[in-house]
This record gives sequence, C-alpha cells and structure tokens, in this order.
Amino acid sequence: MSLLEIHNLTKYFGGVKAVDGVSFTVHQGEIAGLIGPNGAGKTTCFNLISGLLPPTGGAVTLLGEDLGGLAPYYRSRRGLARTFQNIQLFGGMTVLENILTGCHQRQEVGVLRALWPGGVVRRAEARARERALELLDLVGLAGKEDFPAEALAYGEQRRLEIARALAQEPRLLLLDEPAAGLNSRETEELMALLEALRDRGLTLFIIEHDMTLIMGLCHRVVVLDHGQVIAAGPPQEIRRNPLVIEAYLGREEEDGDL
Amino acid sequence: MSAYLLHLAIVGGIYIILAISLNLIIGYAGQVSLGHAAFYGIGAYISALTSLLWHFPFPLAALSAILFAGICGLLLGLPTLRLKEDYLAIVTLGFGVIVDMVFLNLEITGGPDGLPGIPKPSFLGFSFRSPGLYLFLTLLAVLLTLALTYRLVHSYHGRALRAIRDHEVTAQVMGINTPAYKVAIFTLAAALAGLAGSLYAHYITFINPESFGLHTSILILCMVVLGGMGSLLGAVVGALALTVLPELLRQFKAYQDLAYGALLIGLLIWRPQGLLGSGKLSLKFLERKG
Repeated sequence: MSLLEIHNLTKYFGGVKAVDGVSFTVHQGEIAGLIGPNGAGKTTCFNLISGLLPPTGGAVTLLGEDLGGLAPYYRSRRGLARTFQNIQLFGGMTVLENILTGCHQRQEVGVLRALWPGGVVRRAEARARERALELLDLVGLAGKEDFPAEALAYGEQRRLEIARALAQEPRLLLLDEPAAGLNSRETEELMALLEALRDRGLTLFIIEHDMTLIMGLCHRVVVLDHGQVIAAGPPQEIRRNPLVIEAYLGREEEDGDL
Repeated sequence: MSAYLLHLAIVGGIYIILAISLNLIIGYAGQVSLGHAAFYGIGAYISALTSLLWHFPFPLAALSAILFAGICGLLLGLPTLRLKEDYLAIVTLGFGVIVDMVFLNLEITGGPDGLPGIPKPSFLGFSFRSPGLYLFLTLLAVLLTLALTYRLVHSYHGRALRAIRDHEVTAQVMGINTPAYKVAIFTLAAALAGLAGSLYAHYITFINPESFGLHTSILILCMVVLGGMGSLLGAVVGALALTVLPELLRQFKAYQDLAYGALLIGLLIWRPQGLLGSGKLSLKFLERKG
C-alpha cells in the first residue's frame, strides 16, 4: 500500500530547476532511499514534502490526502516527521525537553485549560515524560535526559534528533543524511536502530550518501540527478544502472578511455 | 514604611508586571517589541475613561483595560507576527509612536493635558486611598501575574515558546503552530500591560501621553535585558533595579543619565545574558508534583 505519493513535484528557484517533475511512491512499512550527487535536489524534495517550501507545481499526498498548502505543523499532525541534514536541536533545552517538544501535539489541551490547575495537563505531561524516557532508551541515550542538548557528542545529537522525531509518533519518518559525520561503528548502530524502527511498522525515507547504509537497509532506492528521477528500484539494480553510475562518476569519453 | 518607599514599591510593582509581560514576548517567544508602552497606555486610558465617563468600579475598569489592550495586541499581532525580527521591531516601534500620537491628539483623552481626577479604587467596602492599601492591591496583581506566567512558562506551552525562540522552523516541524503561539503570547502580554496601565492610572490619578511614549517602551525593554531574558525572577529584579537605581543616582542628578547609561553598556558588555538570564526562578514548591 502506498503511504507517500509524489506526483510531478517541481520547485524552481528563479531559473534554477531544483526539483523538476519528480514522481515516486513510498510504500507502507518499507525503507526507501533517496540518493543522488550533491545538488541533485534531495533536501529540496524533503523540504517540499515536509512543507518548509511551497512547490512550484505538483502534489504530495500522504495516505491519499493531498498535503498541498498545509503548514509543516499540520503535516506533523498527519503523521510526517523529519530530521535535518544540519542537526537542528533546541540548544537552550535539555535532552529530555528536546524530545518533549516532539510530544507537543499529543499534549495540546488549549491555553486556558493549561493555565487551570488540574490533572489533565499534569497527566499529559507525565505521560509525555514517560514516553520521552522510553525513546531515549531506544536510541541509546538513557541517563542523559538532563544534559544540555548541546553538550552531547555529535553522534548522540543525531540520535537525539531521531528520538525527537519519533516522539511525534509519525507514520513516515524522513531522515536527511542520518549517517553524515558518523564513524563506521556509529553507522552500524544507526542501521540497527533504523531496522528496529521498521520492524515496529514505521516507514522510513532516507537521504544518504553512505552507500553501505543505503544498500544494506533500503528496499527501494530513488536516484535524483539535476532535479529529475533518473532511476528507481531495488538497490542491486540501482548499483548496476548505467545512468546512476554516470551521474556519480561522470560520462565515459566517446573514444572509450575514462 | 515611609511614603517615599511605599511609592517606589507601588511603581516597582507596576513595572514588574510590565517587565514580565514584555519578557514573555522577548525572552520566551524570542520576538521583538519596541512599543510595549502603547499597551500600557491603552490600559491606563481605557481604565481612566471608563471610570470617569461611565463610573465603572475599579475591578470592571481594570478588566476593560485588560480586555481592550489584549484586543489591540491581537489586532497588531495577527498581521505583523509573520514578519522577521527587524521588521517586527519597526512595526512595533511605529505602533508605539502612533498610539502615543492618538493619545496626544484625541479630544476624549484630553490631548497633551491628559486626564486628571481619576478616582482611587474603592470596592468590596475597601477604599484603596492610602498608599499602604494600594501597595497591597498592586502586590496582589503582581502575584497573580507571576502565578499565571509561571504556570504558563513551566507548562508544555512554555516549552513550545522556547522552541520557537530557538528554531522557529524546527518548532513547526515538531507540530507546533508557531503563528498561533506568537499571536497568543503577544495578546497575553498586551493584556497584562493593560492591567499595569490600569493600576498606574488609578494610583497616580492623573495621566498624560508623556508616561506612555517610546522612552517608557525602552525602559521596560532595559528592565528585561538587565534582569535576563527568559527569566521571570530576572524580570522582577530588572524592574526593581531600574525603579530604585535612578532614585539612588538622583543626588548625582547632573550625571544620572550618564551613570545609568554606563551601567547598561557595561552590563551588555560583561553580562549580555542579563543578571539572571542563565539562572532560573526557583519556585519549585509552586509546581504541582505529577
């Protein structure tokens, strides 16, 4: 069953066609990959899907619902969560508070209700706290809940960002280069975490340059180049696709020597 | 307590409410406002006018001031809070100047002469004529403001506001309706400033546009910056310090502004986060344990 459908998505920045008529589908329960050389339009695609940028044209549908024109906070409510290529934690907050912001939409009871003394808000906060601690445990940050988010090591910050996205209880999680800057041991841990998430039924859509991760995890890979889909399919096929090889390594000279 | 000290305490209390309300906008939500005194003035004039024209009892006049200032905050916030910081600064600055001009030019506000003879509050069989009783009333308003804002900033709403301050786009991605939050906090802050204006009008019993101009907006801003952005206790300390300090420096009258300015510059150089900006109001006992 298709979860996310992208149809003819287009984004021009002035005369630059960052995303140029992109169409593809992410199915429920799979790990899909989005790869392509630098500047291919991968992050722009994610920004269009999560509503941070208005598209020039085309449609994004999640579970059959057109997300067009919806602000990012409404998309979050419909089951879309994401992480960022450059980690975007709330620096002034602790690790736990960062995750709790992800719980925000599950806590909402209205301003007046929150000011009124009473159990509703307190119980919601207690539940959120419990869930945040579970998530910390899941991503391997147990015991660090009171650390300032900025004090975490780089790899830990990446995992905190994932935990914060998971706190939104998404259907689809977009990960923008989750392995960037990680060493090989950390990347392996990340892959184990992402597999565990898939086993819990979460659908993942990952931008990544680390081919070990893409080839090891993804059921299907979409390849972008110059804003267009040049290939899509299982990783084994993608690896051998001449168009993909050309996009990454450049064209072979006419006379045959590379 | 001497009459002079009582006066300082009452004025200090009014400034505490103003500093706390502005701190909600600047320190918690991370937005800029350079026209906060406008809401203070709107509250003062509405409270004075409803008392003088329609003989509203004080609680009703104060409530009118709170509501009207809040509505003005909402109306200003709705179209402007999608602006980026520097533009928001210009818009709020302009709003402050316009409101000041309106006070100065309307007939009903008495123009530059202002409104004299505003009645001292008397309700529930109490007359708050004496400064001692008025101080009690002011402290009640301060405590109410503190309790309200404390609950707010320590709830998930406070966390949402800090998220907006830290990274607005990321806050949106987390599912936080950032425009709604910004407008709501702007409205609440304006309403609280309206309360402060009402307290001021019925204490001094005479108001004119001079009290609500740009320099008052800047003074409140200084209180927030001095005390520390995003700290309730900081706003209290900042408000009290900038109420008392000019009085202490009065004997060096010729140098008052100089010393005052030098102090602020020194503070911003050596402690830009304010006196308590990194610290936190420790009132854990008020927090209900879950």
